[in-house]
Amino acid sequence: MIAFNKYYNHFNLLSSVLIVVSLLLLIFKGLNFGIDFKGGTLIELRASDSKINVSSLRDRFNQMDLGDVSVKKFGNDTDFLVKFENKDNKKNIIEEIKTNLDKSFGNNYDFRRVENVGPKVSAELLKSGVIAISLSLALMLIYIWIRFEWQFSLGAILALFHDVIVTLGVFSLFSLEINLSIIAAVLTIVGYSMNDTVVIFDRVRENLRKYSDIKIFELTNISINETLSRTIITSATTLLALLAIYFFGGEILKGFSLAMILGVVFGTYSSIYIANTVLVRLRVSQKTVLREDEKK
Amino acid sequence: MLYFSKLRILFITLFSVLFILIASSNVFKFDDSFFDKKINLGLDLQGGSYLLLEIDNEPVIEQKLQNLTTTIRNFFKEKNIKINNIKIDNQNIFFNVTDNDKQSVLDVFQDENSDLNPYYPRFKSHQLEIEDTGLNFKVSFSRQGLIKLKTSSQDQAIEIVRRRVDEVGTNEPNILKRGNNRILVELPGLDDPMRIKSLLGKTANLTFRFVTNDENDRFGVEKLKFENGLEEATVSKRIIISGENLLDAQPKMDTQANQTIVSFTLDRVGAKRFGKATSTGIGKQLAIVLDGKIISAPVVRDTIASGSGQISGGFTFQTATDLALLLRSGALPAPLEIIEERTVGPDLGQDSINAGMIALAIGFMLVIIFMFVKYKIFGLITNVTLIVNLFILLGVLTLFEATLTLPGIAGIILTVGMAVDANVLIFERIKEELKDETNNILAFDGGYTKSRTAILDANITTLLAAIILFFMGSGPVKGFAVTLGVGIFTTLFSVYFIARLFTSIYVSRNKDKEKLI
Repeated sequence: MIAFNKYYNHFNLLSSVLIVVSLLLLIFKGLNFGIDFKGGTLIELRASDSKINVSSLRDRFNQMDLGDVSVKKFGNDTDFLVKFENKDNKKNIIEEIKTNLDKSFGNNYDFRRVENVGPKVSAELLKSGVIAISLSLALMLIYIWIRFEWQFSLGAILALFHDVIVTLGVFSLFSLEINLSIIAAVLTIVGYSMNDTVVIFDRVRENLRKYSDIKIFELTNISINETLSRTIITSATTLLALLAIYFFGGEILKGFSLAMILGVVFGTYSSIYIANTVLVRLRVSQKTVLREDEKK
Repeated sequence: MLYFSKLRILFITLFSVLFILIASSNVFKFDDSFFDKKINLGLDLQGGSYLLLEIDNEPVIEQKLQNLTTTIRNFFKEKNIKINNIKIDNQNIFFNVTDNDKQSVLDVFQDENSDLNPYYPRFKSHQLEIEDTGLNFKVSFSRQGLIKLKTSSQDQAIEIVRRRVDEVGTNEPNILKRGNNRILVELPGLDDPMRIKSLLGKTANLTFRFVTNDENDRFGVEKLKFENGLEEATVSKRIIISGENLLDAQPKMDTQANQTIVSFTLDRVGAKRFGKATSTGIGKQLAIVLDGKIISAPVVRDTIASGSGQISGGFTFQTATDLALLLRSGALPAPLEIIEERTVGPDLGQDSINAGMIALAIGFMLVIIFMFVKYKIFGLITNVTLIVNLFILLGVLTLFEATLTLPGIAGIILTVGMAVDANVLIFERIKEELKDETNNILAFDGGYTKSRTAILDANITTLLAAIILFFMGSGPVKGFAVTLGVGIFTTLFSVYFIARLFTSIYVSRNKDKEKLI
C-alpha cells in the first residue's frame, strides 16, 4: 500500500500555490483569446513557393492596414496562420487581401481556411462559454449533493475548481490560445475529473460503512489504494487516446487535446490530493454517512 | 449477474449486428432504404462555408414609422381631429393635440378593434404603445410589435436569401432562422464563398427615377453618387418603376455597342408606367438606381411601350450575370450583414478526415495493446467489446444521420479511451472479491453488482457535461458533444451486455480455475 496520506499536507500546499499563481496569471497576464472570443479574422494559408515565409507574409500583411497582425507557422513549413483584428469589420477584406498577395506572390498560395467573427458574435460566444462552464460546475455540484453528503460535494467541487483554474493557468502562462474547442475541453475535464473523484468517493463511503474504527486519514488512503489500479489504467488509456489526437489528429485539434491532457493529469491528481484531503479536514466519520443514511 | 437467457443472447447479437450493418452502410451500398443512410460530414470535414447573417432592421423600422405618420395624420383628419407637430425621433413618433381631442386619441390607440393599432389577443398586446405627457404623445412599437416586425422581415429575407443561393446552384445548402433577426447559411462543398457573400451583401433595391434639376420637385429630390463614386446627380424621389415590377432579368451581349447589358421584362403595371414615363420624358435622363447608387442614367430617346428594356453600365459578363440574378430574386426587406463566417477548403477538410482517422486508428491500437498486456484474456474481452462499441456508436450516428465534425472524431477517440473505464472498474472489483471469495462465479457476480453505482455516477457526470456542450456549443463543438454523449450510452450497452456475455461464458467454463483474472 502506498502512503498517499503522508503527503496530504505537502500537496495541499502545492495545490494552493498552483491555484494562487494561476489566479494571479489569469488576473494580470490574462488569457490569449482567439478570434472566437475576441473577434477578428483568421486565415490558414498554404504556400507552394519558398519565397512565402513568415517574415515576407508579415511584411505584406502589415502594409495592408489591418490592425494587429500575427503570422505564425502552422504545422509544417508551407502552412501559415494569419490573424488580425479586422476592427472595422470590412466586408470585402478577404478579396482585398487576395488581390494584394497576388501582386507579390502570384498564384503560389491557397487559402485553406478563413474565419471571420464579428464583435457581436464573439461577445456572445464568450458569454455562452462562461455560462456553459458555470452551468456544468453547478450541475455537478447538484448531482454530487444528491448522491453524497455535503462534505463530499465540497471536496469534489474544490477539486473541479482546482482543475479548471490550473489548466487555464497553464494556458495563460504559455499564452496558448483559448477558442471554442478549449471550452469543450474544459467541460470534458469537468466531467472527467468528477468521474475520477466519484469513483474514489464511492469507495470511501463504502469503507466508512464497513469500518467504524479506522480514522478518515487512514481510510481515505485505503480507498485510494483500492481504486488505484483503476485510476491508473483509466487515466492511461484516456491519455493514450489523447496523445494519439495530439500527435496525429492535425493542427486544429492540438490545443483541444493539450487542454484535455492537462485536465486528465490534474483531474487524476486532484481526486487523490484535493477531494480526499477535504474529507480529512472536515473530519468525516462513520457518523456522517450513517446520519445521512437514516435520513434516506 | 452472470446468467443470460437464450432470448437475451439472441437480442444482444441481433442488436449489435444491426448497428454494425447500419454503420457499414457508410462504406457499402445497400439497396434497402433503411440501410441507405450516411453520417453527414460537417463543414469542417467536407469543406464549405458557414455564414451567419444579421438583418439590420433599423431602416425597416424607420420606414414603417415614416408610413405610420402619414397614416396617423390621415386617420385623425377623417375624424376631424387635428394632429400637430408630428415628427419622428429616435424610433418614436411625437405629436400633440388640443385638450378636447386628447381622450379620443387615446381611445383610438387603446381600442382592441382599431385598424390603426392592431391588437394581438395571443400576447395581450397592441402593435404600438402610446405614452402621454400633458398634450404631447409619444408613439412607439411595443415589444410584441417589434417582434412581429422582425419576424416578418426575417421571413421575407430568408426567402430572398434562399432564392439567391439556389440561383447560384450550390449543392444542398442549409438555410435556417436564428433568433428573430438572424439567418444561418451553410454551404457545403463551396470552395470560394466570395460570390455568394457579395450577392447576400446587397439589398438589391432597384428604382428608375428621373434626373432633375428642379430643386422644388413635388416629390423631393436627393443627390446620389454614381457606381464609380466620382460623379453625382440630383434625382427625383418619384419612383417610376421599381424592382417589384420586374418579371425577368437576363444578362445579354449588346453586339452593336459591344458591351454586356442586363435586359429586363416588366409586368403589366410596370410596362404601362414605364411607357407613360418614357413618352412624357423624352430627352430627359432616367437614372437607374441600385441600393442608393446610380448604375447609369441614359437619356430617353423614344417611348418604350413594349415593357422591356435594358440596363447598361460598363458591366463585365460576371457583374451583369450577378445583377440579373439579384433582380430576378428580388430585393431584401432590409440590409444583411455577415457577422460570422467560417470557410474551410475541401483539401483541408480531407486532410482533417485523414488526420482524424489516423489518430483514431493509433489511439485505438494503443488502448487495445495496453488492455491486452494488462488483462490478457479479459483484456481481449474488453477489446472485442471496444470494437463492437465503436461500430454501434458509428451505427447510431448513421441511423440518426448525425453530423460528424473534427472535434466529433476527437470525441470518438476519447470515448475509446474512456470506455474501458467501466470494464476496468468491474475487473478490478472482481479481483478484490476474489481475495476473500473462492467461488469464481460469486466473485464475478459481486464484481458486477458492487461496481455499478460507481460506473453509473461516473458516466452520468460525463453525460451532464456533454448535454451542456450540446445546448451551448455551436457547429463543430456540437459534433463533439454528440459523439461523446452517444458514446456513453453505447459504452454502457456494450459493457453490460456484450462484455458481460463474454465474461459469463468464460467464467462458467472456468468455474474452478484459480487466478482467473
